[in-house]
Amino acid sequence: MAEAQINTYTLNFGPQHPSAHGVLRLILEMSGEVVERCDPHVGLLHRGTEKLIEHKTYLQSVPYFDRLDYCAPMAEEHAFVLATEKLLGVRPPRRAQFIRVLYAEISRIMNHILNITSYALDVGAMTPLLWLFEEREKLMEFYERVCGARMHANYFRPGGVAADMPDGLAEDILRWTGTFPALIEDMETLLDENRIFKQRTVNIASITAEQALDRGMTGPVLRSAGLAWDLRKAQPYDVYDEMDFDIPIGKNGDCYDRYLVRVEEMRQSLRIIRQCLEKMPAGPVRLEDGKVQSPRRSEMKRSMEALIQHFKLFTEGVRVPAGETYTAVEAPKGEFGVYLISDGSGKPYRCKIRSPGFAHLAAFEVFAKGHMLADITAVIGSIDIVFGEIDR
Amino acid sequence: MAELWDGYLWPLIVIIAKIVLIVGPLLIAVAYLTYAERKVIGAMQMRKGPNVVGPFGLLQPMADGVKLFLKETVIPTGANRVVFVLAPVLTFFLALVAWAVIPFSEGWVLADINVGILYLFAISSLGVYGIIMAGWASNSKYAFLGGLRSAGQMVSYEVSIGFVLVAVLLTAGSLNLSKIVEAQRSVWFVIPHLPMFVIFYISGLAETNRCPFDLPEAESELVAGYNVEYSAMTFAQFFLGEYANMILMAAMGAILFLGGWLPPFDVAPFNWLPGIVWFFLKIAFLLFGFLWVRATFPRYRYDQLMRLGWKVFLPFSLFWVVLTAGVLLALGRLPQG
Repeated sequence: MAEAQINTYTLNFGPQHPSAHGVLRLILEMSGEVVERCDPHVGLLHRGTEKLIEHKTYLQSVPYFDRLDYCAPMAEEHAFVLATEKLLGVRPPRRAQFIRVLYAEISRIMNHILNITSYALDVGAMTPLLWLFEEREKLMEFYERVCGARMHANYFRPGGVAADMPDGLAEDILRWTGTFPALIEDMETLLDENRIFKQRTVNIASITAEQALDRGMTGPVLRSAGLAWDLRKAQPYDVYDEMDFDIPIGKNGDCYDRYLVRVEEMRQSLRIIRQCLEKMPAGPVRLEDGKVQSPRRSEMKRSMEALIQHFKLFTEGVRVPAGETYTAVEAPKGEFGVYLISDGSGKPYRCKIRSPGFAHLAAFEVFAKGHMLADITAVIGSIDIVFGEIDR
Repeated sequence: MAELWDGYLWPLIVIIAKIVLIVGPLLIAVAYLTYAERKVIGAMQMRKGPNVVGPFGLLQPMADGVKLFLKETVIPTGANRVVFVLAPVLTFFLALVAWAVIPFSEGWVLADINVGILYLFAISSLGVYGIIMAGWASNSKYAFLGGLRSAGQMVSYEVSIGFVLVAVLLTAGSLNLSKIVEAQRSVWFVIPHLPMFVIFYISGLAETNRCPFDLPEAESELVAGYNVEYSAMTFAQFFLGEYANMILMAAMGAILFLGGWLPPFDVAPFNWLPGIVWFFLKIAFLLFGFLWVRATFPRYRYDQLMRLGWKVFLPFSLFWVVLTAGVLLALGRLPQG
């Protein structure tokens, strides 16, 4: 009797799939419900950001970074302005550094709210999403009050931030840090000890720290595997070295640990936000260096030199000394780096962007192999991918 | 002529009138169950739910129905047309015919047959055909996976529901639904059979493909499962059938465990309400649980669902049947003949 040949079949998961988190296309080789092979396709959201930046001045490049990881826009801007500052050899005033850290952490909470709750939605729990999105809305209002835009902030500048925080904003943020922990706890009552949630996530897509390092994983995904690597501690930038916070790490590197790490990171971010608001000194929020920052509007009305300076800055851009740098920040999703080469002109010669999600997605097969179709959605949720930054 | 009238025509008219009396309110109940679901889950998620169409959004289900009715039914090129169209019809039909044996109050039943439980059981087992036909005829992998999942799931949970029914009918000593309700006059079966009630309720969730067992149509995995290719009226029929099945499950729960139309205590304030009101209240209570569960729980994975069905519910319900029979035998109350 001839042996029956059991064939696998191919399932096209995405790019228009409700849990593909954007335009992910996965070619799944399935044997029944079990995934035998998994091939992620990227590039459907490619906009040529890196190339476009080569034709823009440094100041004009900042908004492109909002559009990379649109779940946490300011975290991306942070990497670019730090890289530019490094090439320029300047440091922003202390108040600006505090504001940037404050908003980087607000971005982190924004990102984690979106990720955790949509991840819960992917495994079928829809209530956390609707509970926490109201908070995300408040965070977007904080964005709006400081820069006028809810999402694409364009707020950080090489040498500081665009404008100082308006009156009363600091108090409102502080008040919000008092009410938010209760909502985290509400969400945790629905998920943490929920048997079904644990069955869906514990020991799903486990990775070891070694595997994670081999594949360039960073951020919560790496920390969930038990390695306390956080650029905010390892290579502090701005005023992170003055902040007191802990790095939560996981044990098993599975979907559940990744969830727990993110929840705890939200709490740590709240600690940082409070410290920022406490310690924030008064003073200028941008450099008074005419080579880097445009002169004030009032000055331009009175001084011919200021007007010329403004004209030069906005036609040629800031002239950045020739050199190159790789500067990375701990974005909510992991290490977000900018490799910037300047040829001494007003435009970057090359701007290579390292997005954390790309490495995570590239390792998808490690996560997904041998798991079931339903686990694929849990994995997609837990590695936190956003196609703005992966496809660039 | 008189014989024809008395023997055939008049009974036919009466039966049709009864059917209309059951199906009409049932469809309205289905429409407003969707409204209740959106309102209840909305409240649980701190939002309003439908509130634009009509006062308090009360006309929303009608608007949804009209929209589905007026849309174009798209039949995919690769689909098997006959089976594709037949599947939702079958689902809807089966969801309605099951109501024939449900006693709404004392004597208020279309067909008071002696094997009422078996009839219900047979009809709900047939329900899987509609879904598996839809999954196969759509000629889509997502729909096919959804259909397969659904078939596996419904068959698995049917087994434990079967044993739950056996335990109940052993205690009641009858397969007739009205007699089962009458047998609960002294004490509702939910008290002696509480674990069975829990199993029945959870299996009911699985049987009607409700969260946390909504894998056949798991949005985040299979997009919409077996009804991914359906649109307009064909989709509406699935939808109506599904919600009618939910109400049916709740009605079965009320009849088998919560004493059907009987008031909780047969004393003054309670027995003022007519039986049918009690019956509807019990159904509404069970349905509220269905909605509550949906707002609270994530979704099971396919293998976990199977494990729960076969390794937990089945052995336990089997054990409970044996226990029930043993206790009844010891008390000398095992039904005779």
